Amino acid sequence: MSPAAFASSRPRRHRPAYQRVIERLVEGVIRACGASAILFVFGIFFFVFREAAPLLGKLDWHQVLFSQEWYPTSRANVRYGVGALIVGTLSVTGLSMLLAVPFGVGAAVFVSEFCTGRVKETLKVLIELLAAIPSIVWGFIGLSVMNQVIQALFPAPVGLNLLNAAILLALMSVPIMVSIGEDALKAVPDSYREAALALGVTRWQLVYRVLLPAARNGLLAAVLLGVGRAIGETMAVLMATGHAVNIPHSLFDPIRTLTATIAAELGETSVGSDHYRMLFVIGVMLFTITFIVNLLADLAVRGVRKR
Amino acid sequence: MQPFQETPFSRRKRRNERLAQVVLGGMALAMVIPLLLIVGYLMFKGAPLISLSFLLSNPTHGMREGGLWSALLGTIYLVVMALLVAAPIGVLCAVYLNEYARDNWLTRLIHLAVINLAGVPSIVHALFGLGAFVLFAGLGRSILAASLTLAIMTLPVIIASTKEALASVPMSFREACWNVGASRWQTIWKVVLPNSISGILTGVILQVSRTAGETAPIMFTGAVFFKKIEAGNPFAYALTDQCMALSMHLYTVTTQVTNAPEALPYAIALVLVGAVLAVNATAIWLRSRLRSRKKW
Repeated sequence: MSPAAFASSRPRRHRPAYQRVIERLVEGVIRACGASAILFVFGIFFFVFREAAPLLGKLDWHQVLFSQEWYPTSRANVRYGVGALIVGTLSVTGLSMLLAVPFGVGAAVFVSEFCTGRVKETLKVLIELLAAIPSIVWGFIGLSVMNQVIQALFPAPVGLNLLNAAILLALMSVPIMVSIGEDALKAVPDSYREAALALGVTRWQLVYRVLLPAARNGLLAAVLLGVGRAIGETMAVLMATGHAVNIPHSLFDPIRTLTATIAAELGETSVGSDHYRMLFVIGVMLFTITFIVNLLADLAVRGVRKR
Repeated sequence: MQPFQETPFSRRKRRNERLAQVVLGGMALAMVIPLLLIVGYLMFKGAPLISLSFLLSNPTHGMREGGLWSALLGTIYLVVMALLVAAPIGVLCAVYLNEYARDNWLTRLIHLAVINLAGVPSIVHALFGLGAFVLFAGLGRSILAASLTLAIMTLPVIIASTKEALASVPMSFREACWNVGASRWQTIWKVVLPNSISGILTGVILQVSRTAGETAPIMFTGAVFFKKIEAGNPFAYALTDQCMALSMHLYTVTTQVTNAPEALPYAIALVLVGAVLAVNATAIWLRSRLRSRKKW
């Protein structure tokens, strides 16, 4: 039973007046802090939208969404086509998920079902530490190490491309998938495991036939949270993608993402200019996309809890 | 036929089991190896440059020589300020959610807000910080604006970890306290918080490293490429100053500074990663120790 279920128990009346006042005050502060989370989310949307708003009416939305022409500083003909940036974000996120999902789910299954005791604790700690490496350091690794590795291994002229950034993003989003995925597997009742083991299954059969279907929603949530992280990642993709406005045709093409565009260009715009406002429009797009992804992840998790 | 002789079916079963173990174990190992490789490589390349004077002297000659002092101090300022703001609000919000909130639409809305706040990309936080703190609130590009931006970014994670810590305090503790006549807040203050403080602190400490590593949210709200301050003086920044930061410094040196010595970015990255991993390892160690000491 949660403590909140007892929320109706009021302080007793024979308490001194000052204590009752303090109690009320503290409760007010705590309630305000609780509500502040809502305020901040609305605040983020409001302030980003506020800077973007004056431009919204002036944009040719068909051009914005589908054109690949991103010429925000052109003198003759300014064009704000983010089509290539959207494709860039989607392609690098998609490719990184192709790499990360099998590894993330596999590692979660291994940590949760195939090892125990010290090995399990060590693995969990190491994966947690992997999650702690800052994105700027990943970007630096991409720029200095992966760049050369890719040039050495593949027939690519430059190592800063889609593949480089996707590998970095995969490494960055796997830890969150492992920890959420492990929670999802842990949430499967032990009676399922016992019933299956009593029928003489091996652990792999147990995982494949019982646990994966039972933990489906939680694992989906884990993947979605990884997707959210990959879409929103900024510094690593800024440094490792090559940062060229381009629709990729192969793994070795440089690309540019929505997030990296903001990070690279915001410093060079003057406050209130159209270019500045366009970057905030991209911010609104990113906010909306990640909002939807997180909402879906939450619905998936809720599906787990209901059962 | 012997009863326990291996049939083709059971042989396949056994083979699959072993295969699964190897493949899944390999996948888990594939997470660990990059960590070790990265730390090892950074140490190999960067360690020769690191010394006490490297940490305590300012960057010179267009950041090609000298040390890290102004960036290091800036990061410390940002982290401390951000957590001073985020920790109290986050903890109290978690107290509300775990101890006060009933299951109604407001609570569900707060939950939803926390989840979405956690998912907002860091660059959108930067845009928000620029729009709200730098321009609207008139703080200008300063340590204050940057650390407030960072504070809002870390808030949802602190809320989540604190909530978990509070939920692990058994209900019977609260009931016992109410039964001797304590009010809700007295119970929280005297019983719930002391019994969950270790979990709460671990959650906050883990955010130290995340805050220290962030670059995007501070780029446009308070961090600058270069700022001259008095070397060795820990109070050299004012809260209204712009500052350097380790993460930003690494970005600058790798992408903007030409002809920097090859080892320099590795050394900066090593300091950043070393600090982050050291703080996190301490928090994790603390957590496991406190967990094993728990009596309920």
